[in-house]
Amino acid sequence: MGAQKKGGARVSDDSEEQSRQRLQAILLADSFTTKFRPVTLERPKVLLPLVNVPMIDYTLAWLESAGIEEVFVFCCAHSTQIIDYLETSEWRTHPNLVVRTIESHKSISAGDALRYIYEQQTETSQIQGDFVLVSGDTVSNMPLADLIQEHRERKKRDEKAIMTMVIKKSKPSLITHQSRLGTDQLFIAVDPLTKQLLHYEEDKVDHARGSVCLDKSLMESNPSVLLYNDMQDCYIDICSPEVLSLFEDNFDYQHLRRHFVKGVLVDDIMGYKIFTHEIGSSYAARVDNFRSYDTVSKDIIQRWTYPYVPDINFGGNRPVKLGRQGIYRACDVVQSRSAVVGASTVVGYGTKIGNGDRILNSVIGNGCSIGSNVVIEGSYIWNNVTIEDGCEIRNAIVCDGVRIRAGAVLEPGVVLSFKVVVGRDFVVPAYSKVSLLQQPMKEDSDEELEYADSSSGTADRLSGLSLEMESKGSELGPDGAGYIWEVCEGAHDEEWKHSVAPIPEDKLAEITQAMDDYDDMEDESVVPTSGELKSDADSINTDVNDPCDDYGYFEKEVEGTFLRAVEEGIKVELGVLEINSLRLSYNMESADCAGAIFYSMMKLAVDTPHSSASELYKTASSIIAKWKGLLGFYVKQTDEQIEVIMKFEEMCQETAKELGPLFAQILHVLYEKDVVQEDAIMRWAEEKAGADEADKVYLQQCETFIQWLKEASEEEDEDDDEEED
Amino acid sequence: MPDVQSTVLEFVNKLRKRKIEGSQSTAKCTVEILRSVISQQRVPHSNQASALIDAVKAVGEQLVAANPVELAVGNVVRRVLHIIREEDLSLATAAMAGLDLLDASDDDGEDDNCRGVGYSAMSAAVAAAAARSTLRPPSLQTLLEGTPESAAVPYTSSSGADSESKTADKSSITRKLKHDVIEGVNHLILEISGCHEQIAEQAIEHIHQNEVILTLGSSRTVLEFLCAAKEKKRSFRVFVAEGAPRYQGHLLAKELVARGLQTTVITDSAVFAMISRVNMVIIGAHAVMANGGVIGPVGVNMAALAAKKHAVPFVVLAGSHKLCPLYPHNPEVLLNELRSPSELLDFGEVSDCLDFGAGSGSPLLQVVNPTFDYVPPSLVSLFITDTGGHNPSYMYRLIADYYSADDLVM
Repeated sequence: MGAQKKGGARVSDDSEEQSRQRLQAILLADSFTTKFRPVTLERPKVLLPLVNVPMIDYTLAWLESAGIEEVFVFCCAHSTQIIDYLETSEWRTHPNLVVRTIESHKSISAGDALRYIYEQQTETSQIQGDFVLVSGDTVSNMPLADLIQEHRERKKRDEKAIMTMVIKKSKPSLITHQSRLGTDQLFIAVDPLTKQLLHYEEDKVDHARGSVCLDKSLMESNPSVLLYNDMQDCYIDICSPEVLSLFEDNFDYQHLRRHFVKGVLVDDIMGYKIFTHEIGSSYAARVDNFRSYDTVSKDIIQRWTYPYVPDINFGGNRPVKLGRQGIYRACDVVQSRSAVVGASTVVGYGTKIGNGDRILNSVIGNGCSIGSNVVIEGSYIWNNVTIEDGCEIRNAIVCDGVRIRAGAVLEPGVVLSFKVVVGRDFVVPAYSKVSLLQQPMKEDSDEELEYADSSSGTADRLSGLSLEMESKGSELGPDGAGYIWEVCEGAHDEEWKHSVAPIPEDKLAEITQAMDDYDDMEDESVVPTSGELKSDADSINTDVNDPCDDYGYFEKEVEGTFLRAVEEGIKVELGVLEINSLRLSYNMESADCAGAIFYSMMKLAVDTPHSSASELYKTASSIIAKWKGLLGFYVKQTDEQIEVIMKFEEMCQETAKELGPLFAQILHVLYEKDVVQEDAIMRWAEEKAGADEADKVYLQQCETFIQWLKEASEEEDEDDDEEED
Repeated sequence: MPDVQSTVLEFVNKLRKRKIEGSQSTAKCTVEILRSVISQQRVPHSNQASALIDAVKAVGEQLVAANPVELAVGNVVRRVLHIIREEDLSLATAAMAGLDLLDASDDDGEDDNCRGVGYSAMSAAVAAAAARSTLRPPSLQTLLEGTPESAAVPYTSSSGADSESKTADKSSITRKLKHDVIEGVNHLILEISGCHEQIAEQAIEHIHQNEVILTLGSSRTVLEFLCAAKEKKRSFRVFVAEGAPRYQGHLLAKELVARGLQTTVITDSAVFAMISRVNMVIIGAHAVMANGGVIGPVGVNMAALAAKKHAVPFVVLAGSHKLCPLYPHNPEVLLNELRSPSELLDFGEVSDCLDFGAGSGSPLLQVVNPTFDYVPPSLVSLFITDTGGHNPSYMYRLIADYYSADDLVM
């Protein structure tokens, strides 16, 4: 090598240097989320067993066999546990793979982690070139060497190509718009020729409408764009060193996708580009939530991750034997003759299965003892769990050392954290999470920033709740131990989405129903906006139905805005702004706005608890007094004022009959507050005069008022006349 | 020692990750690793043979555990153990017979390394002839005579050496054993790498003019066999069943065409339809079991049944490293491996069937992708190994020549 000629060897030298570069990877051994709580309070996520093997072993085994020579394991939460584990595992002495650990307790996001690594790097220069960025919960068997080569070549051609993102085809569910891994449907736009990533959207997709917003410039600057909605982001990235410095420069980047990718794509930083690579037959997935824990476990059992399957010793695991129907069983399992172990089940070493047990689609860890007549379906039982006679466990995760006493039942979606004891005959309700540790009063943002907002509002509610807990003693029956965690406010209806349990039938039906409803509505209301495409007959048809429905929607939106304004004490001017924007987006007249606002005000008044009509009157008038500015903005014309009165009448007749007796009084208030002018009332009265008797109820009610108005105006007229004279 | 340890680890790693495929390359790697284990093993003055055996067994167990389905690894380990036992025995008999042979052989070994191979083979043959009885399970006669020979022989070997009470002799015997064993292992390496040629040499006797040969999947042995017949100016046609789901038949067809053979590719499911036009089915085996049963690529059993139905000869080619001393009905023997379903189905296309979030949560779609098939001995017409053609019923006898009974259970 030393005797190599200098001239003309420039290019080959360069490529040699590149190929000599150690293949490096950064493995984030912390997900920086709280999705696996309460389990992750006691053990880091990467050490949680996935089909009886810690998740990090899958990642390391894959990286090793893909030719990576050096892995930097970034530890944050529970770093000592991870380091201890790696010290004792076979990765310590692995001939081909050097595992180094980086420890930092300050990092609260992937962005912080990368910034920390960058800072460290300037001291010791650890990351020499391109590297693979994965998280410690990735399960894959894809080859990396070619991909890294491809990335390097592209980098050589185009300095700005700093990252290659791995994607895999996976159809999202049509009903829930959720990928099979429990993440939101991903929407990406890719240049079909260069595979450059042009758009990345995972949260703002409007599923109900089935639409997504694309930047117009995207279409202008690219001759062709491929749009995918059936791709799954594998969270495997080949990065150039520039990525680290980008994180350093943009210190507010936290999330790899939400901030970094968006930042590069939208803000167009230095013209950097991200490319995608679609993997075909290989497998790659990330265990992001309990749903994906379930899905990936089943994929492993079904051998999509071959050779990282339970019957092959791939990284320090003890292989178990594979029998028919995908039943993996350790050789020393003691199983009663009357027990039934069904398809797709894994049973670990030293586990005892009692008489009449039924085990289906489940993973049972090492050293468990299962009593008689136990039913376990679709569940994940970790190590050293004791399950006594007659228990029923469906779609649950049961962590190490749990004891489930006789006759207890775990309903779908339950997660029992370490060493919890479930009392005799206790039924753990669906989707509950149970831990020996109490739920923290306030979410410490140690692990999590991005989701902090979802829990901030619930802090005080929680504190009250945990007081109750203490008074109750154990929540899991008299001989149990553990606290049932309360789910966060926002997450409550989302719970079924990310749980280990399959989505219940009724929930699916509900969503389908909602979608159908929406579809119907869409057929009638949304389509005309693109009416040019429709045939005339259609558009006539829809035009008739259209305004009402659209108005209904608009009214709801206005009501929501108004209520929020009341709650948060938003200023009138701001309220006007918001309602104006709504008005524009729904293409409404200001008369409609006036009607809608008035409707919301009255609704609020009626909804406010009241005992008598006079009290209702008081609230109503105070609301009118307070928000007359808002209403007043839209009732400058007489027509609009009439609209308000008509609306009021309509309300009194239909939705809020309580207001009926107060009609005249409230009308008076409106008049006094200058919301409706005398002209409007008079014209309304004139219009109504010719109507049916039934319609005249309210007119009659305010007859005296109108009479008085007439007189007053005559007087005024006279006064005016006098003045004029 | 550390570098042997690391090469062993690396090989174990490759086996585990299923990165080495094909029994021949696996067998070759295994035997080379065992050779370096033997050459680096320090041999004590007494009981050298057992020290070597222990060392080889220890490494062998690791290798077998790394990929139990690759039976060639276990076969080679047993072969090496057998070589050690046999060489030890031949030395012992030589010591008992007198020192003249030993002296002569010592000179031989130091004189000429090239002749060493021939010599060791010769000495092994002599020893085997002399002590064949000890390698086999004791016969009724030896039992009645009451001298447990197999136990007695290693003992006398060491005690015999001790009784000589000459340190020079002792060290020479030590060196001798290791030397002979390594020669024996070298011989095994030659045998394994030369098995294709050995088998291919017999091609001309089996393939006749204008015949139609059917094969399934891809096998180096079959390729060499067919090409050897072609080189001898035989003209014949080959049907290649593609061997789903890995379609290695496509590769074989390419190679055959490159060598100028008339080739037809058919689907696996067309085998039965085509078999009536076929004169002979030739298959490469993954392993041959002690009962004469064959483990081959998936689909082989179907081809064998079709051949039986139409009375077409079903010929299996197998190098001697594929002869496995185990029986297929032994539950400890892992005969098959299920590979990734992605070889059958595209994950993206079926991902909606694998959504466990809906329905009962249990997977309704199962994909089973076995690698191997078992063909019972009754369906096999002939085995062609590097030592010639054999009947299935003779396989156990052939296998007994290669392995010693002590090593069957490792």
